[in-house]
Amino acid sequence: MLTPLQTYFPIGVALLVAVGLAALMVALANLLGPRRPSVVKSTPFECGSEPAAGSPRERFGVKFYVVALLFIVFDIEAIFLYPWAVLLLPSQGYPGLGWAGFVSMGIFVATLVAGLVYVWKKGVLDWAD
Amino acid sequence: MATVTLPKGNPRTKLLVTLVVALALPVILFGAVLVLATIAKPEPVAVFVREVLHHDPATWPFTGLVYGVAAGLLTFMILNFGAVVAAVTIWWEMRVSSRMQSRIGYNRVGAGGFFQWIADAVKLLLKEDLIPADADQLLFRAAPYFVFAGFGLIFVALPFGESVIAADLNVGIFYVTAVTALVVVGILLAGWSSNSKWALFGGMRSAAQVISYEIPAGLAVMVPILMAGTLSMQGIIRAQGAWPWQWFVFTNPAALVAFVIFFIAQLAESNRPPFDLPEAESELVAGYLAEYTAFRYAIFFLVEFGNVWIMSAIAVTLFFGGWQVPGVAAEAYEAARGAGALPAPAWWGLQVASMAVFFVKTFLVMNLVIWIRWTFPRIRVDQMMNLCWKYLVPGAFATFVATLLWQILVARVPVASTVSGVVLFVGALVALVQMLRLAKQNVEAGGDQVDLSNW
Amino acid sequence: MQITAELVCFWIFAIPLVVTALGVVVARSPVYAAMNLVAAFFFMAGLYVLLAAHLIAFMQILVYAGAVMVLFLFVIMLLSLDEEHPQRERRRAMQYVGVLGAVSLLAVLASAIARVPDAAMSTLAQPDRFGTVKAVGQVLYTEFLLPFEVTSLLLLVAIVGAVVVAKERI
Repeated sequence: MLTPLQTYFPIGVALLVAVGLAALMVALANLLGPRRPSVVKSTPFECGSEPAAGSPRERFGVKFYVVALLFIVFDIEAIFLYPWAVLLLPSQGYPGLGWAGFVSMGIFVATLVAGLVYVWKKGVLDWAD
Repeated sequence: MATVTLPKGNPRTKLLVTLVVALALPVILFGAVLVLATIAKPEPVAVFVREVLHHDPATWPFTGLVYGVAAGLLTFMILNFGAVVAAVTIWWEMRVSSRMQSRIGYNRVGAGGFFQWIADAVKLLLKEDLIPADADQLLFRAAPYFVFAGFGLIFVALPFGESVIAADLNVGIFYVTAVTALVVVGILLAGWSSNSKWALFGGMRSAAQVISYEIPAGLAVMVPILMAGTLSMQGIIRAQGAWPWQWFVFTNPAALVAFVIFFIAQLAESNRPPFDLPEAESELVAGYLAEYTAFRYAIFFLVEFGNVWIMSAIAVTLFFGGWQVPGVAAEAYEAARGAGALPAPAWWGLQVASMAVFFVKTFLVMNLVIWIRWTFPRIRVDQMMNLCWKYLVPGAFATFVATLLWQILVARVPVASTVSGVVLFVGALVALVQMLRLAKQNVEAGGDQVDLSNW
Repeated sequence: MQITAELVCFWIFAIPLVVTALGVVVARSPVYAAMNLVAAFFFMAGLYVLLAAHLIAFMQILVYAGAVMVLFLFVIMLLSLDEEHPQRERRRAMQYVGVLGAVSLLAVLASAIARVPDAAMSTLAQPDRFGTVKAVGQVLYTEFLLPFEVTSLLLLVAIVGAVVVAKERI
């Protein structure tokens, strides 16, 4: 049996190695590549013409915000489903949740599906308009 | 008529060098990963400290350090494996794409253009690293690291073979889902920090797309989890059989649907055509990476193609029996290992076979991804959102409920899963044969011919 | 106190956690504050791993670092940074409330920690399956069933709230 530290050690190392490898390559590219900055090069690319007036950091469609919120809600739901899915049937000394588990998750999921139906009916999912 | 200058050099030498490298590369990479994955465990390290360094592993203070070095080497090799696989995927995709479009494609550097990825990497290393004046300097530089870290962290949890996995976590597939979040943050950062209109649009679209499709993907993953009763990657593979009719995708009709949903969602999550609207070159130039140059660009590019391999590997793990070698029972590995500090030769043979099976399956799924790229036109943003929330999410819920019912049925009538496995597998075979027959008919009717002569 | 690998790892996670958490409060740009938050969540996940809380650690990354982050960034982008006018005076009252909330949270946590016996603090004392998906789930779906069900209502309210707030402008 591995301790938590031993199990997760490769992950910590992978994080370091990935960042290190990327940093090394970028540093190497900086070393080997030319460095001839100019005003034109450092303007934002807009198909070769002068950048249009105005900052790009303008207000964005509120649709994105609603999508993000929907994502969080359903993501949390999925997170609750993961442990439930592995526990439903009896295994490894766990008795299984049985029909009681079935009903409790049924209520949980039904509530959120109601939320999805509400959003659908309100037309939030229609991206086009 | 333009004259075509043939590349200089002896074509035979070129072919020979290419073949040697093309064969040596997988042998070296797979071999190193296999050997290191076997060694980098606490017990072999303890044996090494006792037998070779002549210290008592329990009391010697540097045992942990030796283990750390071994694990570090392993993850380093796996990351290199990931990067090379991603690079070779680019070559393979370009070659297949050009065949599909009746053009030649890569053919200069090495036989069949095999070394093109090395040439591309060298070229991108030699380019100027531009950072736009208006960009947020720190975040612009940081974004590629987020993306690459997410990529590297997923590779650590991929099961390459029976005991070839760097970290077999108890939360396995959940970990993979969680780490994908890093890539989203990286993309959003890249888009926002560039301070360019194209990049911001691309970043926002990409983030909205990735997080939307995360939901059906997460729900579809629930189907194999329900069938296996575990989240561990190795556990999910062990719960399946080696023969095709024992794979999850066939033993449960709902799992077949879940696979399709998962596959579409993964295509969208890795921004692959037909879901490449965040970087639709005809409308957004290059999306969130419009302002990136040199190796920072290369990192995004590499991760995108590496993701094709990752998504194929995850699909194989969840639905297609992973590394299971037909005819080899789960106990055979343990039996072949022997009692020695290092495993017996037969065990190594089985490991190599399991890695080969996993690789071939992943490669086949990967080709499906490439094929889809040239078959479907890009979809619009509203279609993309509709497909996700109005079809895939309810569909994934339905497969989830259907799997629950199916599991209850299988618990009562165990033969149901075998019947479903055989019937669906035969059905899939018939569909495949029919498709090949139609393709042959079409080729003949068009007066075309299958020509593989100029590979 | 003996220096163990766990202890070293604890400090590796704990110190940056405090630094990045301070960064969230101090950073002037909202995007930098958000990025500090992501980093803080990651170090927090590292601490959970050290505590053998496998499931919680990756929930932390998935929900907070992933989902909440995306929401934060979207909100920041919606607010349009260039037009931001700091209204510090009006926020004075909010600041007092915030400090009060933080202090009371600290008091609750401190009193809870003070009541835990020392023996239970060591991860080595925990059974093998502690913190695994099944162990957490077993408690969640039996002992804490009611809070779990109430969560779904909370999430439903969140959906409805988002639609009501956004609908005026869609």
